[in-house]
Amino acid sequence: METLFFLIITLVAIVSAIMVITCKNPINSALALIMTFFCLATYYVMLDAPFMAAVQVMVYAGAIMVLIVFTIMLLNVRVDSTKKHSHKVLFGMIIGFFTLVNTVFVLVKSRAALPTGPYSGDMIKQIGHTELVGREIFTNFLLPFEVTSILLLVAIIGAVILAKKKI
Amino acid sequence: MENLNSYLIVSAILFAIGTIGVLTRKNVIVMFMCIELMLNAVNLTFVAFSRHLGNLDGQVFVFFIMTVAAAEAAVGLALIIAFFNNKESIDVEDVNLMKW
Repeated sequence: METLFFLIITLVAIVSAIMVITCKNPINSALALIMTFFCLATYYVMLDAPFMAAVQVMVYAGAIMVLIVFTIMLLNVRVDSTKKHSHKVLFGMIIGFFTLVNTVFVLVKSRAALPTGPYSGDMIKQIGHTELVGREIFTNFLLPFEVTSILLLVAIIGAVILAKKKI
Repeated sequence: MENLNSYLIVSAILFAIGTIGVLTRKNVIVMFMCIELMLNAVNLTFVAFSRHLGNLDGQVFVFFIMTVAAAEAAVGLALIIAFFNNKESIDVEDVNLMKW
């Protein structure tokens, strides 16, 4: 049953990912990409990571995609210009194919380490995933977490300066 | 689902689709969305390995990748808007000022 569910989600994810790169209208691409993000959130739930699924839906499907759709509507460019269209499609397909073969080979054929960490599925279910991730962030990863705030501040200032008419 | 390999294969397929999109499309916004797709494929790998190894460090990394992606979206879209204000176009073929 779970395998069937996994296959359905995979089918939806891959078909919508292909729609992202084939649709002529950027709005359709954006909607297909939102569908892919929801499928990825489903994967995170199946991997016992509900906090990651919630963050995926809020940050990606919510914030980032709203920003992208907003930009598409603001610029209002209807379709791809068909001039000089795609003498590079075959080349891109070949490179993409080799990327696929390479990543599948590296990920699947290489020997993954045996489970070593302390967090088993039962422990995650018992204590709660959010609490465990929170402990991890605020103890071992406290400095990167604080540096993240500086990154976001720089991004805000950069966006404001870049979007001004006259610098 | 405890099977690690199926998640890794899905992630590899999504990453390859994103690569093809970046290489074949001319629209800057669609290329941008393909980059987001590739970032998400990597996130899936991180979470799958994290679950498999019983170690939550990978999921903390996903958290940081999402932060970087949000910063990238803000700055990247501001760049696209600035480019559109100058050239009235979002085609990468028109970004040729530095082409010699």
